[in-house]
Amino acid sequence: MSAASLKNRETYSKKNQNHTLLQRMKPYGLLYLMLLPGLALVIIFCYGPMYGLQIAFKDYNIGLGIWDSPWVGLKHFTKFFGTEAATRALTNTIIISFLKLIFSFPMPILLAIVLNEIGNQTFKRIAQTISYLPHFISWIIVASLLNNLLSPSSGVVNVIIQKLGGSSIYFLADSKWFRFILVVSNIWKEIGWSSVVYLAALSGIDPSLYEAAIVDGATRIQRITRITLPSILPIATTMLILSMGNIMSAGFDQVFNLYSPQVYDVADILDTYVYRKGLVDMSYSFSTAVGLFKSVVGLILVVTVNLITKKISPDSGSGLW
Amino acid sequence: MIKTDTKRDKVFIIFCYIFVALLVIITFYPFWDLFILSISPRSEALKPGLRLFTSAPTLQAYETVFKSNEIIRSFWNSLVRVVVGTVFSLGVTALTAYPLSKRDMPFNKLVTFIILFTMIFSGGMIPSYLLVKDLHIMNTIWALILPTAVTAYNLIIMRNFLESLPPSLEESACIDGASYMTIWYKIVLPLSKPVLATVMLWIAVAHWNNYFDAMIYMHDRSKYTLPVVLRRILLENELDKYLPEGAIDTGTAPQTPETTKGAIVMVSTIPIICVYPFIQKYFTKGVMLGAVKG
Repeated sequence: MSAASLKNRETYSKKNQNHTLLQRMKPYGLLYLMLLPGLALVIIFCYGPMYGLQIAFKDYNIGLGIWDSPWVGLKHFTKFFGTEAATRALTNTIIISFLKLIFSFPMPILLAIVLNEIGNQTFKRIAQTISYLPHFISWIIVASLLNNLLSPSSGVVNVIIQKLGGSSIYFLADSKWFRFILVVSNIWKEIGWSSVVYLAALSGIDPSLYEAAIVDGATRIQRITRITLPSILPIATTMLILSMGNIMSAGFDQVFNLYSPQVYDVADILDTYVYRKGLVDMSYSFSTAVGLFKSVVGLILVVTVNLITKKISPDSGSGLW
Repeated sequence: MIKTDTKRDKVFIIFCYIFVALLVIITFYPFWDLFILSISPRSEALKPGLRLFTSAPTLQAYETVFKSNEIIRSFWNSLVRVVVGTVFSLGVTALTAYPLSKRDMPFNKLVTFIILFTMIFSGGMIPSYLLVKDLHIMNTIWALILPTAVTAYNLIIMRNFLESLPPSLEESACIDGASYMTIWYKIVLPLSKPVLATVMLWIAVAHWNNYFDAMIYMHDRSKYTLPVVLRRILLENELDKYLPEGAIDTGTAPQTPETTKGAIVMVSTIPIICVYPFIQKYFTKGVMLGAVKG
């Protein structure tokens, strides 16, 4: 590297737009080298599997490999829509996602607003610390905590139900209750952590807004509906878009660690179905087709929702890109 | 501050405190319940209902757990995975984020797009599995480290942080003619400590908790990580396969299988619970840094 300052080199390359591409790239030489390992990993491990997606249109044969396996057109997709278990997985995915969207999504907003009203800082900090904790615990652990609490014979929940005169419920093996448990345990695990972004937005509110409202005689509830809620609306929209993009996912780790064959009818989602078909039954091509369908719909969803938000509010900054 | 709280306001505030207190109890109780179960003697472990304390705490269940070579080995495997995986992943992420923060660099936009696109589209489970198989890294630690080493989310957070640094800090070094590599190492990295800490902790927790890749890529029992063993013991009821013979002999052993399971969960959760309060501020800082905007 020459002794000329990098700054000069950068402005040099900026000012001389008519220079060839290579000349403009030259001052950054070392940076391209630094970019290489990371970019290589992304290309191999993120785009490599995309190359492998072609087996969704082929009959994958381990001996022949991805490239040489014979093309079969849309055979696996036709089979997907003709298989009852597969369409059931699709319906379950959408239902579970929407249940989570309706019931789980507003909870962290509610928590952030409530925490914002708490004046005792020590209590607030302790509450935050404890409520974030479950986010960092794996679903395997959460599943075993749930098994313990919901056990039909000795779990606390069923003991309380029995004390109240009811008969014990086997929540995790009962199709009527399983989705309820999915939603509740999801709220339990993520409510605290998901509230962080909203708390961050709240801490950005100009305190003079509240002071002015108090002078004008606004009650607490009025301050919340007129100042607090509108302030978190943009970030809430962004979070909503992000969750819309995840509608096809529905939470693999959660379902996978909680479900059992007794509740497949309400619990089996696309990802768990792909896992059983692909990695247990080894129908690689068929399960890849199901996975590809899921990814493409997911992609279309994110792009569409993002476009719509941009159309509705072009300068609120709530779009993703 | 002017006192303006009406009666309704006061009721509302009380409601807020109760709501938060209830949430804290509901969040904390399941861990406490299992902890008490794990130190309860057999007679008390079988009692249904709330477990708030135990009259005769015993560490017998933990002794049983630590007698299992397989559990100890999987704990060790997990530690190795966390250390190697975090160092590797953090290094590559930091190295890659720096060029990405140079917006004037030709091809920056293209590379950023290539990386961001992976956030909204992926090849999925089966093609990823076949890739690891075709690369012949199956059953090696690389299968757990390489595929997740660089994630778009961590990269963008780190890049956003670098872009927020005042350019003057780098410029002074530029005048001395230092190369980008030297600037990165001597100036950018030390300044990035907060974001490095955040991302490091995220990566480490992910490695500690990740079970799925280890479950499908590691075939030798001797290479299982702790979450894989946990899953087998807790959810597939294979407790007896992992403990020395007779350790949980029904009826006569000092503790029930449930107590032992509780102890296993505690062993795998306590590392997180212990470090967690100290690192929590970094986690939240990171979320603020991570406005996802490309």
